[in-house]
Amino acid sequence: MPIPPETGATGVAATHKGSGALLDLPLAVEAEGLVRAFGGKRAVDGVSLTLGSGDCLALFGPNGAGKTTLLRLLGGLLKPTKGTTKLHGVPLPGPAETRRLVGLISHHSMLYPALTVRENVRFAAECQGVVDADAATSEVLRQLRVLDREHQPVRFLSRGLQQRVSIARALVHGPQLVLLDEPYTGLDEVGALAFTDALRELKDGGATLVLVTHNLVEGIALATRAVIMRGGRFVYDEGTPAGGFDLPAFQAQYRALVHEGLA
Amino acid sequence: MATSAATITAPGKLPEAKPIDGFLAISIVAVLAVCVRAIWFTPVDAMLGAAQKIFYVHVPSAIAGLYVACGLLAVSSILYLWLKDERLDRLAEASAEVGLLFMGIVLVTGPIWARTSWGTWWVWEARITSTLFLWLLVLGYLVLRGAVESPENRARLSAVMGSLAALLVPFIHLTVKLFRGMHPGPVVLKPEKPSLPPEMLTTFLMAIVAFMLLFFALLRVRMRWAALRDARTAMEAA
Amino acid sequence: MSGGAPKPAVLAPAFLADALRIARKDLLIEFRTRSAFMAATVFAVLSVVIFRFTWDPTAIPAFDLAPGVLWVIFTFSGLLGLNRSFGLELSDRAYDGLLASQVSRESIFVGKVLANLAFVSGVQALALPAVALFFDLHVGSAWGVLIGIVLCASLGLAAVGTLFAAIASNTRLAELLLPMMTLPFFVPLVIPAAQTSAYILRGQPLEDAMPWFKLLLAFDLVFVTACIVVFPYTIEE
Repeated sequence: MPIPPETGATGVAATHKGSGALLDLPLAVEAEGLVRAFGGKRAVDGVSLTLGSGDCLALFGPNGAGKTTLLRLLGGLLKPTKGTTKLHGVPLPGPAETRRLVGLISHHSMLYPALTVRENVRFAAECQGVVDADAATSEVLRQLRVLDREHQPVRFLSRGLQQRVSIARALVHGPQLVLLDEPYTGLDEVGALAFTDALRELKDGGATLVLVTHNLVEGIALATRAVIMRGGRFVYDEGTPAGGFDLPAFQAQYRALVHEGLA
Repeated sequence: MATSAATITAPGKLPEAKPIDGFLAISIVAVLAVCVRAIWFTPVDAMLGAAQKIFYVHVPSAIAGLYVACGLLAVSSILYLWLKDERLDRLAEASAEVGLLFMGIVLVTGPIWARTSWGTWWVWEARITSTLFLWLLVLGYLVLRGAVESPENRARLSAVMGSLAALLVPFIHLTVKLFRGMHPGPVVLKPEKPSLPPEMLTTFLMAIVAFMLLFFALLRVRMRWAALRDARTAMEAA
Repeated sequence: MSGGAPKPAVLAPAFLADALRIARKDLLIEFRTRSAFMAATVFAVLSVVIFRFTWDPTAIPAFDLAPGVLWVIFTFSGLLGLNRSFGLELSDRAYDGLLASQVSRESIFVGKVLANLAFVSGVQALALPAVALFFDLHVGSAWGVLIGIVLCASLGLAAVGTLFAAIASNTRLAELLLPMMTLPFFVPLVIPAAQTSAYILRGQPLEDAMPWFKLLLAFDLVFVTACIVVFPYTIEE
């Protein structure tokens, strides 16, 4: 059962599976010549890409490569210095409602330590306009197997459990674009499995994922496309057809391009 | 062309640093010349005595530090929020620092004059009290600038404060005036400007010109220094 | 996920609902931790006691000293509460989650101002009676006016303070920087409030203090609006 509620902006994404776009439907993500500078430094230096519903982009690269910045640009959380990005055809940063299409997960928990698990997730649900916030909260907590802890203040939970609650917080409103910034940090095996299952369901339901990670295995598990970034640019790009990802070859490239800078 | 956010400083080039700034040198000479004229070639005020000559430093500094500097700070802050041009941010920064200096001169010469004329160091007179609050406000602005690490954030956040400061100034003036109006204090506060005899008026006008020259010379130097610093930071970051 | 016709199962962002939800959340967190409220209340009571025992009743009558005491406590206890307004958002980056949701920036600001207003009013609800008690003030029928003045001043303090708390949260020395930045802004707020309350405590009608009271209201009007307008610029985008 996918994560409720049925998200509303368009029912289109719900019926749309797999990568690539049908001709008459807007692509999930369309980025063109994205540049983002901080002061004089270009964190993202000319990135273009398109992603369809059901795609999962795995972003690898050394620290400072611009992965987090690119993630935020794609989600409309940062304005590009140059270039454009669109989410389901809407140019970003768009009106406030478009932010509802996005779910953000990072290695920071983004939780309020003094509030309980349920209060945190419910608050996020209501902020994202979910109509039956209680039901949605219960469902997502159940899926991530933290329902039994729902009335505990978050600060009493272990790091791994907090991360699961953080994931619940990000997914409760059924986002179309999920941005993941090193989400597996701190997750134990049970949590990681539950998380991957939840992501797979989202992806099969038509959501688009962008995943930044240092963990090759976890990153590749769901990816339909894998990219290595360095210095704000894509230095290696492997779009995969359904199935068949040459992991050893990619690993070799990864070692060469990422570790090269350290030699 | 940039769609928004920051303008990107062109990497690789540092602005020229001039060894001697002609404008600054001329303005310093002008200020010294006016001081000489004020001390030796301008008549002494019969009523207030020799100490009145501080007036030729006090008032021009107030004009430069309060009206011009704070005005520039307010306008460039508001414009920065709209246009996001980093030159506006440098103008705000320079105006604040040079303004702080000139307001400091006002706050030092005021009590000296008050002490020599009336025997008290401080008078809660409307204008000098306002100057004190504005000085504290600009000081807070500069402390904020010093506390933000990223240049982009620094420009944006200090522009927010600068814009609000622009709104605050009339409120401070009103508050202080109302305070003075309802609590009449010591009466003799400042000589009225229009009734100056010709020689004193000439010196006064020359003093205004000289101090304004000095203000803009210092502003220019400070802005050039800021541009140099920003270019160097950009080069190091790239 | 079932396909077919799109079902509107989400609500559009609603300004007031969002702001109230955020205010409720902030107050709930403060209620659970109680740290800032305790600090502010202890500070207030301590200040009242110190001022009381260093006061020579024969030199200054109570209604001349009390306004000063009241408004000093108001300002500094308010600052204690304002600091934590954004601190709670940043400890685990919950603010990022809030900014990534569909609630408008302005509603975030208004929500936090409402929470801070409640906080400051709460501290004053304890400080005012304490001052009246310790200084043996005979307020009588003027309580209503006095409370009105305190609420107006609290609104201005909350608006300006919340905005500068948002700015300060981006810096290294937030707790030190907040008082430095805000005190000049509080001058045209606290002085009119103190002057108006001085008139009231002396038993004079509000009409006598009208110029001061009008200044206070003008400050509220101008700065609440200006801070709402300018708040989105405190967010990096």
